[in-house]
Amino acid sequence: MDFQGRDVVSINDFTLEEINYILDVAEGMVPAAKGEEVLDLIPGKILAMMFYEPSTRTMLSFETAMKRIGGKVIGFSDVRATSTAKGETLADTIKMVEAYADVIVLRHDREGAARMAAEFSDIPVLNAGDGAGQHPTQTLLDLYTMRSELGYLRKKSIALVGDLKYGRTVHSLTYALAKFGANLHFIAPEALQLPPEVVSHLEKRNASFEVHEDLSDVMGEVDVLYVTRIQKERFPDIEEYNKVAGAFRIDTESLTGAKKSMIIMHPLPRVDEISPDVDGTNHARYFQQAFNGVPVRMALLSLVLGADLGVLR
Amino acid sequence: MRKELKISAIRNGTVIDHITSGMALKVLHILGLDEDPPTSTVSVIMHVPSRLHSFKDIVKIEDRELKKREPNRIALLSPHATINIIRDGEVAEKHHVRPPREVVDLASCENPNCITNSREPVSTRFKVIRKEPMVLKCVYCGREQDVCIERLE
Repeated sequence: MDFQGRDVVSINDFTLEEINYILDVAEGMVPAAKGEEVLDLIPGKILAMMFYEPSTRTMLSFETAMKRIGGKVIGFSDVRATSTAKGETLADTIKMVEAYADVIVLRHDREGAARMAAEFSDIPVLNAGDGAGQHPTQTLLDLYTMRSELGYLRKKSIALVGDLKYGRTVHSLTYALAKFGANLHFIAPEALQLPPEVVSHLEKRNASFEVHEDLSDVMGEVDVLYVTRIQKERFPDIEEYNKVAGAFRIDTESLTGAKKSMIIMHPLPRVDEISPDVDGTNHARYFQQAFNGVPVRMALLSLVLGADLGVLR
Repeated sequence: MRKELKISAIRNGTVIDHITSGMALKVLHILGLDEDPPTSTVSVIMHVPSRLHSFKDIVKIEDRELKKREPNRIALLSPHATINIIRDGEVAEKHHVRPPREVVDLASCENPNCITNSREPVSTRFKVIRKEPMVLKCVYCGREQDVCIERLE
Protein backbone atom coordinates (compact mmCIF):
# COMPACT_ATOMS: atom_id res chain seq x y z
CA MET A 1 0.00 0.00 0.00
CA ASP A 2 1.47 3.31 -1.03
CA PHE A 3 0.69 6.33 1.08
CA GLN A 4 3.69 8.46 0.19
CA GLY A 5 2.65 11.97 -0.84
CA ARG A 6 -1.03 11.39 -0.12
CA ASP A 7 -3.31 13.97 1.47
CA VAL A 8 -5.53 13.05 4.42
CA VAL A 9 -8.64 15.18 3.96
CA SER A 10 -11.59 12.88 4.68
CA ILE A 11 -11.90 9.41 6.17
CA ASN A 12 -13.95 8.52 3.08
CA ASP A 13 -10.78 8.82 0.97
CA PHE A 14 -9.57 5.55 2.53
CA THR A 15 -10.66 1.97 1.94
CA LEU A 16 -11.26 -0.38 4.84
CA GLU A 17 -7.96 -2.13 4.06
CA GLU A 18 -6.07 1.16 4.10
CA ILE A 19 -7.62 2.15 7.44
CA ASN A 20 -6.67 -1.20 8.96
CA TYR A 21 -3.13 -0.82 7.62
CA ILE A 22 -2.76 2.65 9.19
CA LEU A 23 -4.02 1.24 12.51
CA ASP A 24 -1.56 -1.67 12.26
CA VAL A 25 1.31 0.76 11.72
CA ALA A 26 0.06 2.84 14.68
CA GLU A 27 0.26 -0.23 16.93
CA GLY A 28 3.93 -0.56 16.08
CA MET A 29 4.47 3.07 17.09
CA VAL A 30 3.21 2.69 20.67
CA PRO A 31 6.58 2.10 22.44
CA ALA A 32 8.07 5.19 20.76
CA ALA A 33 4.89 7.18 21.44
CA LYS A 34 5.39 6.43 25.13
CA GLY A 35 9.05 7.45 24.95
CA GLU A 36 10.28 3.89 25.60
CA GLU A 37 12.03 3.76 22.22
CA VAL A 38 13.63 6.40 20.05
CA LEU A 39 12.77 6.45 16.36
CA ASP A 40 14.43 8.36 13.59
CA LEU A 41 12.18 7.41 10.68
CA ILE A 42 12.15 10.73 8.85
CA PRO A 43 15.41 12.54 9.60
CA GLY A 44 15.42 16.18 8.55
CA LYS A 45 11.73 16.32 7.61
CA ILE A 46 9.73 19.34 8.71
CA LEU A 47 6.04 19.53 9.61
CA ALA A 48 4.28 22.89 9.24
CA MET A 49 1.36 23.29 11.64
CA MET A 50 -1.19 25.81 10.39
CA PHE A 51 -3.83 26.28 13.09
CA TYR A 52 -6.42 28.92 12.25
CA GLU A 53 -8.62 27.70 15.10
CA PRO A 54 -7.76 26.83 18.69
CA SER A 55 -6.81 23.26 19.54
CA THR A 56 -5.17 21.52 22.46
CA ARG A 57 -5.06 17.78 21.88
CA THR A 58 -4.82 17.75 18.11
CA MET A 59 -2.05 20.34 17.97
CA LEU A 60 0.04 18.92 20.80
CA SER A 61 -0.35 15.32 19.68
CA PHE A 62 0.68 16.14 16.10
CA GLU A 63 3.70 18.00 17.40
CA THR A 64 4.63 15.13 19.71
CA ALA A 65 4.03 12.61 16.93
CA MET A 66 6.36 14.41 14.50
CA LYS A 67 9.11 14.72 17.11
CA ARG A 68 8.75 11.09 18.24
CA ILE A 69 9.51 9.87 14.69
CA GLY A 70 12.53 12.14 14.37
CA GLY A 71 11.09 15.16 12.53
CA LYS A 72 10.94 18.87 13.27
CA VAL A 73 7.98 21.21 13.64
CA ILE A 74 7.30 24.79 12.61
CA GLY A 75 3.99 26.63 12.49
CA PHE A 76 1.48 28.99 14.02
CA SER A 77 -1.62 28.71 16.14
CA ASP A 78 -2.51 32.36 16.40
CA VAL A 79 -3.75 33.79 13.11
CA ARG A 80 -3.37 37.35 14.40
CA ALA A 81 0.39 36.92 14.26
CA THR A 82 0.40 35.90 10.58
CA SER A 83 -0.14 37.57 7.21
CA THR A 84 -3.73 36.27 7.27
CA ALA A 85 -4.44 39.24 9.54
CA LYS A 86 -3.23 41.43 6.66
CA GLY A 87 -5.64 39.74 4.26
CA GLU A 88 -3.50 36.95 2.77
CA THR A 89 -5.58 34.10 1.35
CA LEU A 90 -5.19 30.54 2.58
CA ALA A 91 -4.17 29.56 -0.95
CA ASP A 92 -1.23 31.99 -0.90
CA THR A 93 -0.19 30.97 2.60
CA ILE A 94 -0.22 27.30 1.54
CA LYS A 95 1.95 28.01 -1.51
CA MET A 96 4.47 29.76 0.72
CA VAL A 97 4.45 27.15 3.51
CA GLU A 98 4.96 24.24 1.09
CA ALA A 99 8.32 25.77 0.25
CA TYR A 100 9.32 25.66 3.95
CA ALA A 101 8.15 22.19 4.96
CA ASP A 102 7.62 18.57 3.87
CA VAL A 103 4.11 18.07 5.23
CA ILE A 104 1.30 20.39 6.38
CA VAL A 105 -1.24 19.91 9.16
CA LEU A 106 -4.14 22.34 8.76
CA ARG A 107 -7.00 23.31 11.02
CA HIS A 108 -9.34 25.95 9.61
CA ASP A 109 -12.72 27.41 10.49
CA ARG A 110 -14.22 26.88 7.02
CA GLU A 111 -15.60 23.62 5.65
CA GLY A 112 -13.64 22.44 2.63
CA ALA A 113 -10.47 24.37 3.55
CA ALA A 114 -8.33 21.22 3.69
CA ARG A 115 -9.59 19.95 0.32
CA MET A 116 -8.74 23.29 -1.27
CA ALA A 117 -5.36 23.47 0.48
CA ALA A 118 -4.53 19.98 -0.81
CA GLU A 119 -5.21 21.14 -4.36
CA PHE A 120 -2.84 24.08 -3.98
CA SER A 121 -0.10 22.13 -2.24
CA ASP A 122 2.46 19.74 -3.73
CA ILE A 123 3.30 18.39 -0.29
CA PRO A 124 0.79 16.28 1.70
CA VAL A 125 -1.91 18.12 3.63
CA LEU A 126 -3.41 16.48 6.72
CA ASN A 127 -6.80 17.82 7.75
CA ALA A 128 -6.91 18.55 11.48
CA GLY A 129 -10.52 19.78 11.30
CA ASP A 130 -12.25 22.06 8.81
CA GLY A 131 -15.13 23.98 10.40
CA ALA A 132 -18.04 21.64 10.99
CA GLY A 133 -16.65 19.34 8.28
CA GLN A 134 -14.20 16.46 8.60
CA HIS A 135 -11.65 15.51 11.23
CA PRO A 136 -10.19 12.28 9.83
CA THR A 137 -7.27 11.87 12.23
CA GLN A 138 -9.72 11.99 15.16
CA THR A 139 -11.74 9.27 13.45
CA LEU A 140 -8.64 7.14 12.98
CA LEU A 141 -7.67 7.44 16.63
CA ASP A 142 -11.25 6.61 17.66
CA LEU A 143 -11.19 3.51 15.48
CA TYR A 144 -7.77 2.61 16.83
CA THR A 145 -9.06 2.88 20.41
CA MET A 146 -12.11 0.71 19.65
CA ARG A 147 -10.11 -1.87 17.73
CA SER A 148 -7.44 -2.19 20.39
CA GLU A 149 -10.06 -2.54 23.16
CA LEU A 150 -12.52 -4.84 21.35
CA GLY A 151 -10.23 -6.69 18.94
CA TYR A 152 -12.53 -6.19 15.96
CA LEU A 153 -15.56 -3.99 15.18
CA ARG A 154 -17.81 -6.14 13.00
CA LYS A 155 -21.20 -6.70 14.72
CA LYS A 156 -20.03 -4.84 17.83
CA SER A 157 -22.69 -2.56 19.34
CA ILE A 158 -21.54 1.03 19.32
CA ALA A 159 -23.70 3.84 20.69
CA LEU A 160 -23.06 7.45 19.71
CA VAL A 161 -24.56 9.83 22.24
CA GLY A 162 -25.14 13.58 22.40
CA ASP A 163 -24.91 16.10 19.58
CA LEU A 164 -25.14 13.93 16.48
CA LYS A 165 -26.27 16.78 14.25
CA TYR A 166 -23.42 19.26 14.48
CA GLY A 167 -20.57 17.21 15.94
CA ARG A 168 -17.90 16.89 13.24
CA THR A 169 -16.27 13.86 14.81
CA VAL A 170 -19.56 11.97 14.81
CA HIS A 171 -20.21 12.07 11.06
CA SER A 172 -16.73 10.87 10.05
CA LEU A 173 -16.86 8.16 12.69
CA THR A 174 -20.33 7.03 11.58
CA TYR A 175 -19.15 6.58 7.97
CA ALA A 176 -16.12 4.61 9.09
CA LEU A 177 -18.00 2.37 11.54
CA ALA A 178 -20.50 1.55 8.81
CA LYS A 179 -17.55 0.41 6.66
CA PHE A 180 -16.41 -1.85 9.51
CA GLY A 181 -19.89 -3.42 9.81
CA ALA A 182 -20.60 -2.34 13.39
CA ASN A 183 -24.16 -2.23 14.78
CA LEU A 184 -24.80 1.46 15.41
CA HIS A 185 -27.11 3.12 17.93
CA PHE A 186 -27.75 6.85 17.77
CA ILE A 187 -28.95 8.42 21.01
CA ALA A 188 -29.83 12.10 20.93
CA PRO A 189 -32.71 14.48 21.49
CA GLU A 190 -34.80 14.81 18.36
CA ALA A 191 -33.36 18.24 17.55
CA LEU A 192 -29.79 16.91 17.56
CA GLN A 193 -30.24 13.63 15.65
CA LEU A 194 -28.08 12.74 12.64
CA PRO A 195 -28.50 14.92 9.51
CA PRO A 196 -30.56 13.30 6.71
CA GLU A 197 -27.57 12.91 4.35
CA VAL A 198 -25.73 10.79 6.92
CA VAL A 199 -28.85 8.66 7.46
CA SER A 200 -29.33 8.19 3.71
CA HIS A 201 -25.65 7.19 3.37
CA LEU A 202 -26.20 4.50 6.04
CA GLU A 203 -29.36 3.28 4.33
CA LYS A 204 -27.60 3.04 0.96
CA ARG A 205 -24.87 0.92 2.52
CA ASN A 206 -27.42 -1.30 4.31
CA ALA A 207 -25.72 -0.42 7.57
CA SER A 208 -27.23 -1.75 10.77
CA PHE A 209 -28.45 1.19 12.87
CA GLU A 210 -31.15 2.23 15.32
CA VAL A 211 -32.22 5.62 16.61
CA HIS A 212 -33.14 6.14 20.27
CA GLU A 213 -34.01 9.05 22.48
CA ASP A 214 -33.17 7.35 25.75
CA LEU A 215 -29.79 6.04 26.80
CA SER A 216 -31.28 3.36 29.06
CA ASP A 217 -32.78 1.65 25.96
CA VAL A 218 -29.38 0.33 24.97
CA MET A 219 -27.21 0.50 28.09
CA GLY A 220 -27.25 -3.26 28.64
CA GLU A 221 -26.17 -4.23 25.13
CA VAL A 222 -23.54 -1.75 23.96
CA ASP A 223 -19.81 -2.44 23.74
CA VAL A 224 -18.85 1.21 23.27
CA LEU A 225 -20.55 4.37 24.52
CA TYR A 226 -19.15 7.25 22.46
CA VAL A 227 -20.23 10.48 24.15
CA THR A 228 -20.04 13.94 22.59
CA ARG A 229 -20.56 17.39 24.03
CA ILE A 230 -23.93 19.06 23.56
CA GLN A 231 -23.08 22.61 22.64
CA LYS A 232 -24.93 25.23 24.64
CA GLU A 233 -24.78 27.76 21.81
CA ARG A 234 -27.01 25.54 19.62
CA PHE A 235 -29.99 26.21 21.90
CA PRO A 236 -31.95 29.46 21.76
CA ASP A 237 -33.35 28.76 25.23
CA ILE A 238 -31.09 27.87 28.18
CA GLU A 239 -33.93 25.97 29.89
CA GLU A 240 -34.22 23.74 26.85
CA TYR A 241 -30.45 23.15 26.92
CA ASN A 242 -30.45 22.21 30.60
CA LYS A 243 -33.25 19.71 30.03
CA VAL A 244 -31.48 18.03 27.12
CA ALA A 245 -27.97 18.15 28.58
CA GLY A 246 -29.25 16.64 31.85
CA ALA A 247 -30.92 13.73 30.08
CA PHE A 248 -27.67 12.70 28.38
CA ARG A 249 -25.28 13.11 31.30
CA ILE A 250 -23.35 9.94 32.15
CA ASP A 251 -22.67 9.18 35.80
CA THR A 252 -22.02 5.94 37.68
CA GLU A 253 -25.74 5.56 38.35
CA SER A 254 -26.68 5.78 34.67
CA LEU A 255 -24.22 2.94 33.98
CA THR A 256 -26.35 0.44 35.91
CA GLY A 257 -26.88 -2.65 33.79
CA ALA A 258 -23.96 -1.93 31.45
CA LYS A 259 -21.73 -4.79 30.28
CA LYS A 260 -18.64 -5.13 32.44
CA SER A 261 -16.45 -4.79 29.36
CA MET A 262 -18.28 -1.73 27.97
CA ILE A 263 -15.97 1.22 27.32
CA ILE A 264 -16.81 4.93 27.37
CA MET A 265 -15.10 7.24 24.89
CA HIS A 266 -15.24 11.02 24.36
CA PRO A 267 -13.30 13.16 21.87
CA LEU A 268 -12.83 15.76 24.66
CA PRO A 269 -13.04 18.48 25.82
CA ARG A 270 -15.92 17.40 28.05
CA VAL A 271 -17.92 19.93 29.98
CA ASP A 272 -20.31 18.01 32.19
CA GLU A 273 -21.63 15.24 29.96
CA ILE A 274 -19.49 12.67 31.80
CA SER A 275 -19.34 13.02 35.56
CA PRO A 276 -15.79 12.87 37.02
CA ASP A 277 -16.83 9.90 39.17
CA VAL A 278 -16.90 7.82 35.96
CA ASP A 279 -13.17 8.47 35.45
CA GLY A 280 -12.24 5.92 38.10
CA THR A 281 -14.41 3.10 36.66
CA ASN A 282 -13.18 0.33 34.37
CA HIS A 283 -15.34 1.79 31.62
CA ALA A 284 -13.50 5.10 31.14
CA ARG A 285 -11.20 5.18 28.11
CA TYR A 286 -11.23 8.85 27.07
CA PHE A 287 -7.78 9.69 28.38
CA GLN A 288 -6.32 6.56 26.76
CA GLN A 289 -8.14 7.68 23.60
CA ALA A 290 -6.45 11.08 23.78
CA PHE A 291 -3.03 9.37 24.10
CA ASN A 292 -3.83 7.16 21.09
CA GLY A 293 -3.76 10.29 18.95
CA VAL A 294 0.03 10.17 19.18
CA PRO A 295 0.75 6.71 17.69
CA VAL A 296 -1.98 7.17 15.07
CA ARG A 297 -0.54 10.52 13.95
CA MET A 298 2.99 9.07 14.04
CA ALA A 299 1.76 6.38 11.67
CA LEU A 300 0.09 8.83 9.31
CA LEU A 301 3.06 11.21 9.19
CA SER A 302 5.49 8.32 8.60
CA LEU A 303 3.32 6.90 5.82
CA VAL A 304 2.71 10.12 3.88
CA LEU A 305 6.41 11.03 4.21
CA GLY A 306 7.43 7.64 2.83
CA ALA A 307 9.37 6.48 5.90
CA ASP A 308 10.99 3.04 5.87
CA LEU A 309 8.90 1.17 8.44
CA GLY A 310 11.07 -1.96 8.46
CA VAL A 311 12.52 -1.02 11.85
CA LEU A 312 9.14 -1.27 13.60
CA ARG A 313 8.37 -4.36 15.65
CA MET B 1 -51.12 22.05 -38.59
CA ARG B 2 -47.72 22.54 -36.92
CA LYS B 3 -47.92 23.23 -33.17
CA GLU B 4 -45.16 25.87 -33.30
CA LEU B 5 -47.38 28.14 -35.39
CA LYS B 6 -48.76 29.68 -32.20
CA ILE B 7 -45.56 31.68 -32.40
CA SER B 8 -44.00 31.94 -35.80
CA ALA B 9 -40.92 29.97 -36.72
CA ILE B 10 -37.57 31.78 -36.55
CA ARG B 11 -35.21 32.13 -39.49
CA ASN B 12 -31.93 32.21 -37.58
CA GLY B 13 -31.16 31.57 -33.93
CA THR B 14 -31.85 28.90 -31.29
CA VAL B 15 -34.94 26.96 -30.28
CA ILE B 16 -34.72 25.32 -26.87
CA ASP B 17 -37.35 22.60 -26.84
CA HIS B 18 -38.53 20.09 -24.20
CA ILE B 19 -37.81 22.42 -21.32
CA THR B 20 -39.30 21.04 -18.10
CA SER B 21 -42.75 22.60 -17.82
CA GLY B 22 -42.61 25.85 -15.83
CA MET B 23 -38.85 26.32 -16.13
CA ALA B 24 -38.74 28.56 -19.25
CA LEU B 25 -38.38 31.83 -17.37
CA LYS B 26 -35.57 30.39 -15.24
CA VAL B 27 -33.83 29.25 -18.41
CA LEU B 28 -34.09 32.81 -19.75
CA HIS B 29 -32.62 34.06 -16.50
CA ILE B 30 -29.57 31.82 -16.47
CA LEU B 31 -28.90 32.66 -20.11
CA GLY B 32 -29.09 36.34 -19.21
CA LEU B 33 -31.89 36.91 -21.75
CA ASP B 34 -34.10 38.76 -19.28
CA GLU B 35 -31.55 41.53 -18.81
CA ASP B 36 -31.53 45.05 -20.18
CA PRO B 37 -30.70 46.11 -22.82
CA PRO B 38 -32.34 43.35 -24.85
CA THR B 39 -30.13 41.80 -27.53
CA SER B 40 -32.48 39.31 -29.19
CA THR B 41 -36.18 38.84 -29.70
CA VAL B 42 -37.21 36.00 -27.41
CA SER B 43 -40.45 34.02 -27.59
CA VAL B 44 -41.54 31.93 -24.65
CA ILE B 45 -44.23 29.28 -24.89
CA MET B 46 -45.19 27.59 -21.67
CA HIS B 47 -47.22 24.50 -20.85
CA VAL B 48 -47.28 23.07 -24.36
CA PRO B 49 -48.75 19.53 -24.48
CA SER B 50 -45.87 17.09 -25.00
CA ARG B 51 -45.84 13.46 -26.03
CA LEU B 52 -42.88 12.65 -23.79
CA HIS B 53 -43.50 14.64 -20.61
CA SER B 54 -47.19 15.65 -20.71
CA PHE B 55 -46.26 19.36 -20.75
CA LYS B 56 -43.17 21.27 -21.79
CA ASP B 57 -41.92 24.81 -22.32
CA ILE B 58 -40.24 26.15 -25.46
CA VAL B 59 -37.95 29.18 -25.84
CA LYS B 60 -37.05 30.72 -29.23
CA ILE B 61 -34.17 33.15 -29.44
CA GLU B 62 -33.80 35.04 -32.69
CA ASP B 63 -30.41 35.75 -34.26
CA ARG B 64 -28.40 34.18 -31.46
CA GLU B 65 -26.74 30.77 -31.28
CA LEU B 66 -25.98 29.47 -27.79
CA LYS B 67 -22.35 29.55 -26.71
CA LYS B 68 -20.50 26.38 -25.81
CA ARG B 69 -21.07 26.42 -22.03
CA GLU B 70 -24.65 27.60 -22.09
CA PRO B 71 -26.34 24.21 -22.72
CA ASN B 72 -24.65 22.87 -19.55
CA ARG B 73 -26.41 25.52 -17.55
CA ILE B 74 -29.75 24.59 -19.07
CA ALA B 75 -29.16 20.95 -18.14
CA LEU B 76 -29.05 21.96 -14.47
CA LEU B 77 -32.65 23.17 -14.69
CA SER B 78 -34.07 21.01 -17.40
CA PRO B 79 -32.29 17.71 -18.06
CA HIS B 80 -34.39 16.73 -21.12
CA ALA B 81 -34.10 19.99 -23.07
CA THR B 82 -32.97 19.94 -26.70
CA ILE B 83 -31.08 22.74 -28.39
CA ASN B 84 -31.91 23.37 -32.06
CA ILE B 85 -29.69 25.77 -33.95
CA ILE B 86 -31.67 27.31 -36.81
CA ARG B 87 -29.96 28.72 -39.89
CA ASP B 88 -31.93 29.99 -42.91
CA GLY B 89 -35.12 28.54 -41.50
CA GLU B 90 -33.70 25.01 -41.23
CA VAL B 91 -32.53 23.03 -38.20
CA ALA B 92 -28.76 23.10 -38.77
CA GLU B 93 -27.77 21.38 -35.52
CA LYS B 94 -29.67 19.55 -32.81
CA HIS B 95 -28.24 18.66 -29.40
CA HIS B 96 -29.65 17.07 -26.28
CA VAL B 97 -28.43 18.74 -23.15
CA ARG B 98 -26.73 16.24 -20.92
CA PRO B 99 -26.74 16.54 -17.14
CA PRO B 100 -23.03 16.73 -16.37
CA ARG B 101 -21.36 14.42 -13.87
CA GLU B 102 -19.64 17.42 -12.36
CA VAL B 103 -20.73 21.04 -12.21
CA VAL B 104 -17.75 23.37 -12.24
CA ASP B 105 -17.94 27.12 -11.69
CA LEU B 106 -21.64 27.36 -12.57
CA ALA B 107 -23.27 27.61 -9.15
CA SER B 108 -22.26 28.77 -5.69
CA CYS B 109 -22.47 26.51 -2.63
CA GLU B 110 -25.42 26.98 -0.29
CA ASN B 111 -23.20 26.55 2.76
CA PRO B 112 -22.15 30.09 3.73
CA ASN B 113 -19.18 28.69 5.63
CA CYS B 114 -17.86 26.68 2.66
CA ILE B 115 -14.32 27.67 1.62
CA THR B 116 -15.67 28.47 -1.88
CA ASN B 117 -17.75 31.29 -0.35
CA SER B 118 -14.67 33.03 1.00
CA ARG B 119 -12.26 35.18 -0.99
CA GLU B 120 -10.05 32.22 -1.92
CA PRO B 121 -9.11 31.81 -5.60
CA VAL B 122 -11.07 28.58 -6.03
CA SER B 123 -13.87 27.61 -8.43
CA THR B 124 -16.95 25.89 -7.08
CA ARG B 125 -17.21 22.19 -7.93
CA PHE B 126 -20.10 19.81 -7.36
CA LYS B 127 -20.66 16.13 -8.03
CA VAL B 128 -24.09 15.41 -9.49
CA ILE B 129 -25.43 12.75 -7.14
CA ARG B 130 -28.99 12.66 -8.52
CA LYS B 131 -30.07 13.77 -11.98
CA GLU B 132 -33.79 14.37 -11.61
CA PRO B 133 -34.51 16.43 -9.68
CA MET B 134 -30.87 17.36 -9.68
CA VAL B 135 -29.00 17.10 -6.39
CA LEU B 136 -25.44 18.39 -6.14
CA LYS B 137 -22.76 17.62 -3.58
CA CYS B 138 -20.05 20.20 -2.96
CA VAL B 139 -16.62 18.65 -3.51
CA TYR B 140 -15.16 20.94 -0.84
CA CYS B 141 -17.57 21.06 2.10
CA GLY B 142 -19.62 17.95 1.22
CA ARG B 143 -23.02 19.70 1.53
CA GLU B 144 -25.78 18.09 -0.57
CA GLN B 145 -28.08 20.65 -2.16
CA ASP B 146 -30.72 21.30 -4.83
CA VAL B 147 -29.99 23.50 -7.82
CA CYS B 148 -31.15 26.95 -6.80
CA ILE B 149 -31.47 29.58 -9.51
CA GLU B 150 -30.28 32.35 -7.19
CA ARG B 151 -26.99 30.50 -6.77
CA LEU B 152 -26.34 29.96 -10.48
CA GLU B 153 -23.48 32.17 -11.61
